[in-house]
Amino acid sequence: MINYIWFGMIIASVICALCTGSLGELSTAVMDGAQGAVELSISLLGSMCAWLGFLKIAEKSGLTALLSDAFSPVIDRLFPEYRADAEIKGEICMNISANFLGLGNAATPLGIAAMKAMQAKNPHQEAPTKGMVLFVVMNTASLQLLPVNMAAMRSACGSAQPFDILPEIWLTSLAALVTAVLFCKIKEVRSWNS
Amino acid sequence: MEQLGAAALPVILGGILLFGFFKNVDVFDAFVQGAKEGVTSTIHLMPTLIGLILAVTMVRASGLLDMVCELALPFAQTVGIDPELLPLALLRPVSGSGSSAYTLTLLQQFGPDSETGKIASVLASSTETTFYAITVYFGACGCKKLSYSIPAGLLGDAAALVFSIISVKVFG
Repeated sequence: MINYIWFGMIIASVICALCTGSLGELSTAVMDGAQGAVELSISLLGSMCAWLGFLKIAEKSGLTALLSDAFSPVIDRLFPEYRADAEIKGEICMNISANFLGLGNAATPLGIAAMKAMQAKNPHQEAPTKGMVLFVVMNTASLQLLPVNMAAMRSACGSAQPFDILPEIWLTSLAALVTAVLFCKIKEVRSWNS
Repeated sequence: MEQLGAAALPVILGGILLFGFFKNVDVFDAFVQGAKEGVTSTIHLMPTLIGLILAVTMVRASGLLDMVCELALPFAQTVGIDPELLPLALLRPVSGSGSSAYTLTLLQQFGPDSETGKIASVLASSTETTFYAITVYFGACGCKKLSYSIPAGLLGDAAALVFSIISVKVFG
């Protein structure tokens, strides 16, 4: 699927630039985009190493296992196929906690660790398991306790009450998360039946 | 509240470290071992990121995004929101830095406490960058097929758009 999307995005951009005459901007965009991705990777490298380092400590000390026990009632229901796997459940919990606390830099490395662990036990290497899809989809939505970045942006723009919109953000992100998870669960049931 | 957010990270780090230390884990050894995995993960991820970000930058630079926004203009008028919010709704699933930058311009233009400013704030912080998350997670673990993850993620983004408008109009 990503094949078609990627192909479509680039071809549509080229056609659009041909029609509007913004070919010059498009050619700088190609180089800027590639360079920007490398810069992002380099800045990601530091937090990736730092968080995977701390994750390893948490795993070896049994902290992730404790965390996964605590969240088992929820995690077992969402990811029934990993019910018996403390390691995977622990990593899923670490990622969800990091997201919830608004630690985006930590959530990505922790999430990648969880995905790799699930892929390692995936019987069909090419197609993702139900749990992998649900996990990624949960990461495309985000439920955050304190959106500090947004509050910082709002107060920088002179907001009288930067945290004023907190209830709206909670409601909206919860609604988005529930919608996406429900969609996945309906799809899961359908693929069981077929 | 802001202090609470700033305190979360050091407290968590300290907690992980203390727990490991008292459980007799060689904390530095474990850290280095994990960090090594971080290096290989990031390097494996780089080609995927280059491909994705390249395509996103091209879509924005070619004016394609503006064109799509113009097509969606009648929708904005029917719902009763400012048409300037549309690029944000379309940008949000695709580009994290792009949507942050655009949110900032909206906040400056309309004021952070205006209705448009509030909807923009809620919309921008209620979802993640869907395409980025999907490509990064599936790219990093080497799984080629995406199954129904894209429709599910985009449905969540659509729900975020609807609920950000409703919640601000009702409570704001």
